[in-house]
Amino acid sequence: MEEVKPQLIKITFDGIEVEVAPGTTIMQAARKIAEADETQAGLVPPAMCYYKPLPASGGKCRACLVRVAQGSAKDPRPMPKLVPSCITQVQEGMVVENTTNPAVLDTRKSIVEFLLINHPLDCPICDQAGECHLQDFAFEHGSAKTRYEEERRTFDKIDIGPYVQLHMTRCILCYRCVYTADQITNKREHGVMGRGDASEISTYIEKAIDNDFSGNVIDVCPVGALTDKTFRFKNRVWFSKPEDAHCDCEKCSGKVTVWYRGDEVIRVTARKNTWGEVNEFICNTCRFERKKTSDWVLEGPTKVKRSSVISANKYRADLVKKPDFALKLAATQFKNIDDSRPYVTDTETIREQSIENNDKANHRSLLAQNN
Amino acid sequence: MARKILTEHINVPGIETFEVYRKQGGYVAVEKAIKTMTPDEVVEEAKKSGVRGRGGAGFPMGMKWGFLAKPEGVPRYLVCNADESEPGTFKDHHLMKCIPHLLIEGMIVSSYALGANKSFIYVRGELMYVIRILEKAIEEAKAQGFLGKNILGSGYDLELVVQPGGGAYICGEETALLESLEGKRGNPRNKPPFPAVKGLYQSPTVVNNVESISNMPWIINNGGDAYAAIGVGRSTGTKLISASGHIQKPGVYEIELGVSVDEFLNSDEYCGGIRKGHHLKALVAGGSSVPILPAHLITKTANGEDRLMSYESLSDGGFATGTMLGSGGFIVFDETACIVRNTWNFSRFYHHESCGQCSPCREGTGWMEKVLHRIEHGHGSMHDIDLLVDISKKIEGNTICPLGDAAAWPVASAIRHFRDEFVWHITHPQEASQPGAVYMGEMTLV
Repeated sequence: MEEVKPQLIKITFDGIEVEVAPGTTIMQAARKIAEADETQAGLVPPAMCYYKPLPASGGKCRACLVRVAQGSAKDPRPMPKLVPSCITQVQEGMVVENTTNPAVLDTRKSIVEFLLINHPLDCPICDQAGECHLQDFAFEHGSAKTRYEEERRTFDKIDIGPYVQLHMTRCILCYRCVYTADQITNKREHGVMGRGDASEISTYIEKAIDNDFSGNVIDVCPVGALTDKTFRFKNRVWFSKPEDAHCDCEKCSGKVTVWYRGDEVIRVTARKNTWGEVNEFICNTCRFERKKTSDWVLEGPTKVKRSSVISANKYRADLVKKPDFALKLAATQFKNIDDSRPYVTDTETIREQSIENNDKANHRSLLAQNN
Repeated sequence: MARKILTEHINVPGIETFEVYRKQGGYVAVEKAIKTMTPDEVVEEAKKSGVRGRGGAGFPMGMKWGFLAKPEGVPRYLVCNADESEPGTFKDHHLMKCIPHLLIEGMIVSSYALGANKSFIYVRGELMYVIRILEKAIEEAKAQGFLGKNILGSGYDLELVVQPGGGAYICGEETALLESLEGKRGNPRNKPPFPAVKGLYQSPTVVNNVESISNMPWIINNGGDAYAAIGVGRSTGTKLISASGHIQKPGVYEIELGVSVDEFLNSDEYCGGIRKGHHLKALVAGGSSVPILPAHLITKTANGEDRLMSYESLSDGGFATGTMLGSGGFIVFDETACIVRNTWNFSRFYHHESCGQCSPCREGTGWMEKVLHRIEHGHGSMHDIDLLVDISKKIEGNTICPLGDAAAWPVASAIRHFRDEFVWHITHPQEASQPGAVYMGEMTLV
């Protein structure tokens, strides 16, 4: 029997045409562009709350707002407001503006500002630093200064068990961990309490989350609000070396990333894809108990994006891709350099010229003072 | 006297009981609708009447009903939004407390029109005594065969449930209300899908305000065209206005849409004018979330036309010189009211009531409140004013639900119309931070 191919939908994202299946979101279409052509990775809207493997996530952080300049081929009117690209489905003939629209970029800048006003800027002591989505987001889209003068919101620390450290003050309320607890784990004891900027992630009456997959909330957390108690303060992520590994585990797939400091396994996480998402969640035994190299079958170094700080200081120089583009760029640019000026090699002439220039400069400043 | 549709019999003694309500012509609409009309005919009457949603947005009710998806084998729901919590609005409370059977009758007719066999009235939890009144009224109607199985022998079943809310303003937003009704945390949903397609328990749902639904019995009895004849332009029918503030006679008034603002404010039939010895300074026409208007834009629009109590006339001039009818919370300020303090107060409310789901609203409302607090208490600086405008712009339109807009509009409009008062608070911190201090007259530059 011949399989019927679904009719593909053609949309234009930042001037680039892409064909996707019906029901795809704008975000997924943008990621498709970036996956086909790595140089376009900057087009993809940032996602702070959206997490593809977790259904129903997204639409909360508003970091991925884009402008729809044309709703569809049938109804070419633009959408009145900016729409969250992570949950808005594409229509035939849709025209989306992301990095090409100044209003979108301006809004994104303000979202960074909003997220940071109550987020402690304690990156130097935060375990997430180096793999923090908010850090990347702020670096890419935010401004260097804050206009916020008031005191930041803080929370009392609560203990949610022996493995996971909750540091609510850093939370940006993306709800990813709530969906994880809801969808991955059997016992739902994790949720949001309170309202507005006083809402906090918590377990029911501070009851410890206690089940086999609870550790996954650490991986989905975009910031340092949920961290690994067995790894806390042990090492900076950019001083550790990730290796893909697997083991036979009766509870989960056993496919993990093992993080080394020298020969010592300092932590184990699930594998993340290009977008920082975990597709196969791992169990607590793999994550917290198996901390010896003999527990794992190593597969080789994890591929880390060149832009990531984790790739810095790595001694597998043979695996680092040579920066071809820089050499190519230099080759083309050197030709354009204007070298018509005569080369002066005589030191005496150089000295005279510099004295002359200094005199001119002094003369200008004197004139400015007199005026 | 102006025509009354909702409050005609509100002063009849014992109107809250079934017998008295029935004697005043109650439940005739149910008989007429169920016995002589098809559901589609009832929807058609609602469309003809042009009645617009009384909860604030003013979306035509008949059109909303027309959007309801009707897939086979899936139940449909009607939910009445009685979670009235907008500061300055107290009309639904009054209506349900005094004449509960009107809402019940409207619910039966509307549910019949939409083909809903189970309908909900979501009342804010603080109004426990109103919930008891409604429950008693439902019991009475059930005993008389107007509710329950096989209503009036027609084969149509309807169960009416009164659900107390948890006391959150955000649960007045329709999707948050549905979440709350399902027993979850009252977080607004992302739209689309709209409730008309996937609402309560993932089934097609219509959410209507108390006042909108209460208009239905009259529309059935007198026809949609008769209703459309009342009012002005696309603002048809009557509207309950909850008037409060510095006026002679605060209270709930039923007006025909199209009455001039001047008449409503100053005639003895309605508000009776500003309290003696004072004069009008500002007006919030439709509940705390709509833009505030200064005295010179209240009775006349920017074009010099008379401003009327209607959806179109109040929003004449957009947000630059206009406002919105909203939910009809008519708050009047005389010259003793401090606009900065009032704006701070509104802002404090929205900060407290933000659900905390999306970042612009969660962080922005708190930020605005803190900046306004600073200005009001004499610690502000000049760039704070522009900062407030900028924050409100960044919240507006970028949030999941309209609470973000509702928080941004009062602040933006107060600065738009009363900037000199903000400036005075900043340049005169000592005087401004005194209790009861109010900016009077022209700005003195230092």
